[in-house]
Order: sequence, then C-alpha cells, then structure tokens
Amino acid sequence: MGRVVLVTGVSRDLGRRFARSLASDPEVDRVIGVDVVPPRGDVGAVSFVRVDIRNPVIAKVIAKEDVDTVVHMSVIATPGTAGGRHTMKELNVIGTMQLLAACQRARTVQRLVVKSTTTVYGASPRDPAMFTEDMQPRRAPRSGYAKDVAEIEGYVRGFARRRPDVGVLTLRCANVVGPHVASPITSYLRLPVVPTVLGYDPRMQFLHEDDLFRVLRLGAVGDERGRATGTVNVAGDGVVVLSQALRRLGRPMVPMPGFAVGRLGQVLRSAHVADFSPEQLAFLTYGRGVDTTRMREVLGFEPGFSTEDALADFGSTLSPTLDAVLAPAQAGAQQALDALGRLVPAGGTRG
Amino acid sequence: MGDAEIIPIGTRGRPGRGTGTTPSSAARGLAPGGRPPADRSTGRPTAPRATQDGAHDGWVDEESIGGPRPVEDTAPAAPDAATADSGPEPAAPASEAPDADDAGTATSGTTTADRHPLGAVSPAELMAALTSAAKEVLGPDWEDELARLLAFVRRRLTGDYAVDEYGFDPEVTERFFLTALRPMASKWFRIEVRGIENIPTDSGALIVSNHSGTLPWDGLMTMVTVHDHTGRFVRPLGADLVFRTPLVAQLARMGGATLACSEDADRMLAGGELVGVWPEGFKGLGKPYSERYKLQRFGRGGFVSAALRTRTPIVPLSVVGAEEIYPMLSSMPTLARILGVPYFPVTPLFPWLGPLGMVPLPSKWLMEFGEPVRTDELEEGAADDPMLVFDVTDQVRESIQQTLYRLLMERRSVFGS
Repeated sequence: MGRVVLVTGVSRDLGRRFARSLASDPEVDRVIGVDVVPPRGDVGAVSFVRVDIRNPVIAKVIAKEDVDTVVHMSVIATPGTAGGRHTMKELNVIGTMQLLAACQRARTVQRLVVKSTTTVYGASPRDPAMFTEDMQPRRAPRSGYAKDVAEIEGYVRGFARRRPDVGVLTLRCANVVGPHVASPITSYLRLPVVPTVLGYDPRMQFLHEDDLFRVLRLGAVGDERGRATGTVNVAGDGVVVLSQALRRLGRPMVPMPGFAVGRLGQVLRSAHVADFSPEQLAFLTYGRGVDTTRMREVLGFEPGFSTEDALADFGSTLSPTLDAVLAPAQAGAQQALDALGRLVPAGGTRG
Repeated sequence: MGDAEIIPIGTRGRPGRGTGTTPSSAARGLAPGGRPPADRSTGRPTAPRATQDGAHDGWVDEESIGGPRPVEDTAPAAPDAATADSGPEPAAPASEAPDADDAGTATSGTTTADRHPLGAVSPAELMAALTSAAKEVLGPDWEDELARLLAFVRRRLTGDYAVDEYGFDPEVTERFFLTALRPMASKWFRIEVRGIENIPTDSGALIVSNHSGTLPWDGLMTMVTVHDHTGRFVRPLGADLVFRTPLVAQLARMGGATLACSEDADRMLAGGELVGVWPEGFKGLGKPYSERYKLQRFGRGGFVSAALRTRTPIVPLSVVGAEEIYPMLSSMPTLARILGVPYFPVTPLFPWLGPLGMVPLPSKWLMEFGEPVRTDELEEGAADDPMLVFDVTDQVRESIQQTLYRLLMERRSVFGS
C-alpha cells in the first residue's frame, strides 16, 4: 500500500531534503510538504502546499489528501530565521498545537513522527553523564528553544493519549552536523576563532545529517521495528569533548569566562554570525550526553556515522583556520626533525 | 715571497675572512686569476678592484659592529700572522695556489665566527651533548621514548584521542596526572598499602572510603595507589560543586570522575568500572581536627543501593594519615557562606602563609582495603528494601571505623616512618 506523508517545515534545508528523499522512495505514494514560506531549493516530487500550520487550514489539507503519516520537523531552534523570539514561540508551540488538533480530527492519520532534540534535557553541573529517555532535566527549562520543545513534547504526549490508535514517535536528536547543516552549533563551530568557556570542557554528541534522514524515514515508513512508539534518543556513538572537536577541526579556541562568552555571543548574534542562546551557553559550559540503548533495541536503528565520523565529515568542508599558521610551523618542525635525524648518528658516534 | 708578505696587509694580518660560501679575500688573492696584490692592481682592469673595495667595506662594517676590541686583537695578531705565514708560504703561492685556497676556507678557527659565543661548538658536539642529556632524562632507549613523546604531543594537538562517555581521558590521566601525583604518594605521604588483593582484577566494584583532610588528597592518592598496584583506574564520584567549579570541573571529568548520582553510579558499576565513593562528603572532608577519625553520617546510603542494584561488591577502604595534612582549626562558616563554599579552612599554616600554607603536611599514610561486602547473594529487589540498605550501610561504616581504630593503634607516630 502506498503512503501519503505530510512533512512540515520544508522551507528549511533539512526538512526540504528529507521530503525530497522520501518522495523518491518507492514505498511512498505522495509527499506533501507544508511551510509558511516556499522552500528555496529543489523539492523534487514533493507537492508543496503553502500553509501556515498555526492556521486551521492545515486540517483541510490533511483531510483532502488522505494523509496517513505526519512528520513534524518545523520546530525551529533560533529566533533569527523566524524574526524574533515571539514569532519563534508562536510557530513552534501554536503551530504544533494546530497540527496535533488537525491530526486528531483526521481519521486517516496512523502515524506521527516528531523531530525533537536532546536540548530538552538541559545542561547543568548536576546532570547525570548520560540521559536516558525517562530522565527529566534537573531544572525545567524556563525560556527559549528548550522550553518550546518541552511544551511541544507535552502536547505530543497528550495527543498520543487521546489517539491511542496513532503510533507516535518522538525522536530526541543530538546536535545534527553535516556539510550542509546550518544550526546554532554548526555556526559556532564554523567561527574562525572559537570562544570557549574557561575551565570547562563540555562533552558533546553529534548526529550526521544522513543519519537524521535515515532515522526519520525509518520512523515514518519503516518496517515493523520502525513502528516503535514513544520517545527515543538518537545520537552517533561515542562522545567528544569540545577542545578535542576544535582541535580536529583545526579551529583555534579562545577560553574566556562564561559571562564574557555570553556577552560576545550577544554581539555575534546581532551581527548574525552565530547564535548564543542561554541554553546554548549552558550546553557549551556543562555539555550533555544521551544514552542510545533504546535507539538500538526499540527502534532498531544503527547510525552510519559515529560522533567522531560525523564531526570529521563536517570538518571536511571547513577550511581550518590554523592551516595558515600551522603549515609553515609544521614544515619547519619537520625540517628540524630531519636535520636532527641526520645529525643523530654522527653525534652518537662522536659522543 | 713578495706576494706572501703583501697579502696579509690587505686583510690587516688576518689570513682570511671567508664565510665558507665565498673564498676569503686572502684566498682570492692567492688563487690564480684572482685578485692581484695591491701594488700590482694599478695596471689591472677596475672590476677586480671593485670587488676588493666591496670586501674591504664589508670588513670595515663588521669591525665597527664588533667594537674596538677586535681591532686591538688584530694589531698584535698581525705580526704573528705575518711570521706564521712567512714560514710555510714562500712556496705555496707560487706553486700550490689551489691548496692555499683550501687552507683559506678551511681555517675556520680564525674567522669571525669564533667571536660568537657558540662559534667554537660544532653541531656534532652540540648533538652529542643533547644526546647524552636525552639519555639522562629519558633513559637508555631515549630515541623510542622521544618518538613516543612526540607522537603523544601530536595526538593531543590534533585531537586524535578518545574519551569515554563520562569525558574520561585515560591517556592524559596515566601519562600526566598519575605521574605528577606519584611522588606525593611514595615520597611525601609514604603510603603503606594493605589488602590490595581485595580489589577485583577485572569486574566492577565499589570502593567506599572515609573522607578527610580539607582538600580531597585522599581521593587522588587512592587513584594513584590503586592504579599502581592493580593497573585499574578508580572512577571517583564527586559532588556537584566539583562540576560547577571552573577548571576543577574540566580536570575532574578528564581524570575519570563523574557526578555522584544514582544514575551515573549504576551506569559505571554496570559497565564494570572500579568506582570510588566518599559517602561522608563535605561533612567528612571539612570536619575540625578535634573530630579526626570519627566517621560522619554516610549520606543516605545511595551508594549501597547502587551496589545492590548492580550486584557489585563493596570494598571498604580506611585511610589513616589524611586527617593530619591540614589540621583544621576553624571552618569560618560566615566567610564560607559568603564565598559559596562548604567551609573555609583555617589551619596553623593557612591562610597565614598564603599559597605556602596549602602544602599538605607530610604525614605518614596507611591505606587498608577491607574484605569485600558481597551483594550478589541478596535477593532480587534488595535495593528497594530501605531497612536492608541501612543495614549494609552501617555494616560498611562500622567496618571502616573499626579498621581506622586498629590502624591508629598500630601507627607509632604521625609524621615518622
């Protein structure tokens, strides 16, 4: 049986590319992409419907197209793209509420996949090393993206209670990185000189963009194991610490006290270079790790990229800042070592 | 003969000022077809004349840079050089001019280079000195050691190393932290270890220890001691203050610590790690000197629940000696509250001597690992029985307290061997 999949948030790069790859899937009949603004790139066989999910029109789209699977990807992390924190909250929370209300009415909907984030766990010095799905953040998020996502997850759980016949899967994804990803963490790592919080070395996990598409596809139209419901953490294997990641990317770091990083973040935000929200700053101070046992055992998903591989793939598109400085130094050191090597036998025999 | 006498005059009596790349003025004069002596140059073309001037100018510049002393040197040297030259040279310029050329460049002992402090040291001698120094520092197989060290530095600089999910960096812990702490353990505190065989060699276990000494030296020393005797890393569980404090947070995670919460304790024990816990916490660490070796309350027994859930043995550890490293007279509660720390220690040396007061007193330490308390024989769900948890907690606490009393009786003096 062919499927009709509705994907929200296709104007942004990840949503657009996921919808496009899904449209080329033989198991899928139709893919309907919805968003407030048209996608900027090629959407392939996706039929784009320009509709605001904050508006009840979305219910008509779902009913008319006989949508059976909904993939909700339009939860945005930064106010920058939406035009202010207020609009971002509207889009995230009110949009999700409308979408869920529409899904609840539509008898055809059988499956809902929500792309959430590990940001809901927060980041604090009192965190356990690895969060499992049943753990709560040590302190409930009070503002920003994390609060939006926490509220969205709450509404999704409510929906799952009211429509037990719909399989609801919430994927809490670690920071997605990849050559094409634009997100707060990638713009941070792309800075030519990276400010870090002095005296802390946060642990991080990354998810490669290809793995994100694979896990969303598995959750939306996958086989029996992919029909899993509930909440699942998704992250690449392994953990890197920030200093290690920056060294691998060839990015020089400038440690500075936390408040200075926050202040600098505000400057960078106003310059539209990078975004340092308070929860981003907490993450860059204390770090976070999530346990992915459920991802393997319940969802049956195996990421193709480990955290290190994902970082390496992301780094392959970056021109290391340090190269200009490091290459001559490395060449010089190599020459010195060679000279030393030539001298060693002579010195050894004479001495 | 005539030539031989004139050439030294052109160079102020110095046989050559060669740099090694171009022949010296003296050598050029001696070489066939080179610069002729000054008295004959009048009939020659102007081109060689120009080179001579150039050389002369260069020489003047060097001399002026070198200061007046070399000029004085050259004055008495001039007759020497002249007499020295007059001996072998009568035949040389006429018949064996190429040889003289070689000699001019090869006599490096008298060039300007010898005025440099390192001029007399040849690269080979320098290398020999470095080699013997490397042998001294890194041992006889210093070449491999040096290669390993350079590889280590390269790995650190390029981020090519792995950390586990708690942020533990075994390489830097083993090569750096433990190496730096080892002299403290063996030379300063002269730690005497007993019952090390009670630590399982490869499975998970929970080391429960008393806590004392104002700063957690006992934790660091336990890590060093256990690693040196068993090769295993102790993974300490720390208070959230540790992970809130800049720098300390970074070093703690790097050294293998994680937050003392039931989730992490369960996870580490289930992963087969050797977990260290100090259940007295700040109550034990910051107790006054008058209460030394009196165990404080053992938290809420959370560590016992973790061991029961994961069915890992509990190894009690009694440390004697750490109480005396900073004898705390007062904890200044008001100042501590202002600073946001659990206590502000006042010892006979701190804060009066400033940083010097932070040097721990060299007390003699005894560490005894007791008989493991087995948890695998208890029935399923034992961790949910609060009475059983309290019983096991008391058993461990009592065992440590009794061992402390026994060790104190055995100890002859606090600082003596």
